[in-house]
Amino acid sequence: MGLRIINRRPGRGGALFWGALPFLAVLALYLTFSAMRLAENPNDKLLPALSTIAETVVRLAFTPDQRTGQVLLWVDTAASLARLAWGLAVSAALGLVIGIASGLVPYLRAGLSPFVAVVSLIPPMALLPILFISFGLDELSKVVLIVIGIAPFLIRDLAMRVEAIPPELVIKAQTLGASTWQIITRLVLPTMLPKLIDALRLSLGPAWLFLISAEAIAAQDGLGYRIFLVRRYLAMDVILPYVAWITLMAFLMDWGLRALNRRTSPWLTRGMA
Amino acid sequence: MSTVRVRNLWKQYGDQVVLEHINLDIPSGEFCALVGPSGCGKTTFLRLLLAMEQPTRGTITIDGKPLPGEPRPDRGVVFQRYSVFPHLTVEENIVLGLEFARAPLTGRLYGAKKRRALEEVAETIERVGLSPSRTKYPGELSGGMQQRLSIAQALVRKPRILLMDEPFGALDPGTKAQMYVLVRELWRAERMTVFMVTHDLKEGFSLATRVLAFDKVRHDPQAPEAYGATVKFNIPLDDKAERAEIVSKLPALAATENEEGATRGRPWARLFDFAGTTRRKRRESHERTSV
Repeated sequence: MGLRIINRRPGRGGALFWGALPFLAVLALYLTFSAMRLAENPNDKLLPALSTIAETVVRLAFTPDQRTGQVLLWVDTAASLARLAWGLAVSAALGLVIGIASGLVPYLRAGLSPFVAVVSLIPPMALLPILFISFGLDELSKVVLIVIGIAPFLIRDLAMRVEAIPPELVIKAQTLGASTWQIITRLVLPTMLPKLIDALRLSLGPAWLFLISAEAIAAQDGLGYRIFLVRRYLAMDVILPYVAWITLMAFLMDWGLRALNRRTSPWLTRGMA
Repeated sequence: MSTVRVRNLWKQYGDQVVLEHINLDIPSGEFCALVGPSGCGKTTFLRLLLAMEQPTRGTITIDGKPLPGEPRPDRGVVFQRYSVFPHLTVEENIVLGLEFARAPLTGRLYGAKKRRALEEVAETIERVGLSPSRTKYPGELSGGMQQRLSIAQALVRKPRILLMDEPFGALDPGTKAQMYVLVRELWRAERMTVFMVTHDLKEGFSLATRVLAFDKVRHDPQAPEAYGATVKFNIPLDDKAERAEIVSKLPALAATENEEGATRGRPWARLFDFAGTTRRKRRESHERTSV
């Protein structure tokens, strides 16, 4: 009798193989169709050969642009990451402060939570014109879009998690003489930091979405700006590596945040708690 | 000193009366075990003493002063679960009470002050046998060690009253026996008044100096929520021989309780009728001999 399929587990090498399989399949599919199209028309732009993409990457990442004298990929990356970092930082700060305040203090919860709930339901993209009108077309409006997009989620998530702290712990802290402020600094903040980082990881997708959208509509640089600029020339050899680059950075951020969590909160992984 | 006086205490949630008509005078330094069938309001009474909740009617005073409206360091607490802070090591958990008292702004001591505070609590850590685990997180400790940590943590602020809600409910028998010795020791050393909720009668009768049995005295079959529980029996156990007699009879009574199934209230009533009778008989025989 063989084992049930739910009880059969791949080994280390097996897991690596099964994990790589979908990536390799997509790559093979691309190469096949690209070769087919290029055989029909050597000037086809939709599915460029890997060699063409490689040439473009060298031009974008290592050669100064003829017109501006800047290396485009790095200029775009720096501009996008700066906006993203500002948006994430401001959102995280808002999430932490408002989330803890509204989760812990009943009066603030009564005042804030309906408002935040309603704000979180406004589609951020619908506000973009207002942001462009009121904050101008440069950096601020893009950062504000990211903040409007993800801060309400972070606030609500944090508030819910603060409310879910076992009341026994809050009572115990009070019987040890803690003031509200001390409860925040010694109990709530340290136990909520890993939850905030987890929520931030989940927000990375939406944050990139709002960033690319804002850059696509009005910007002079940035990854989203470039993709939408070269779209007019059907420059798939630029778009594809840019998308891969964005994905790689998003993946590294997610991985970095998870590593940060394990480093800053060792108690999460030690023992059963 | 911490004399607890309860006058005409009622607690209800909406239409459901949980506790009714409770009157108690507990002298300072008493070790009270709160027993009774589940859902009879023992824990609610403990929460009222803690000021986690407010009574619907009636008053609780400590040394004549009304209970403040929120938990304070004069009343320590040990819960059955979630009793220690998971993100702090054993040492940090215990020193926390001193840090709250000495660092109002940050709640955290540094350098020489931190070292001094750690020296102060070293004895407490030693007394509950956690010195070898000083730098471990609660998640790495066994259930018994977590409860010892919780007790040590509560004792750091030198509470006059210690409240425990089924503190040993989740522990194995061997660990329980160790905990009893520890708790008796600490209670004597600190001269606290202790209130301990337990569903284990033997635990109650062997540890406490007074057993408070909660149960309903009035029943309305049409409206089971109309009446709450009260302190049905208030049995001081200052006589050692008497305590021994009751504890020795407990297994037999517990056995009959199992045979008939745990009909709500009844086995308890029989048990305490028994305890009450023993008292009366002893008192009578005492009176006879003294005459």
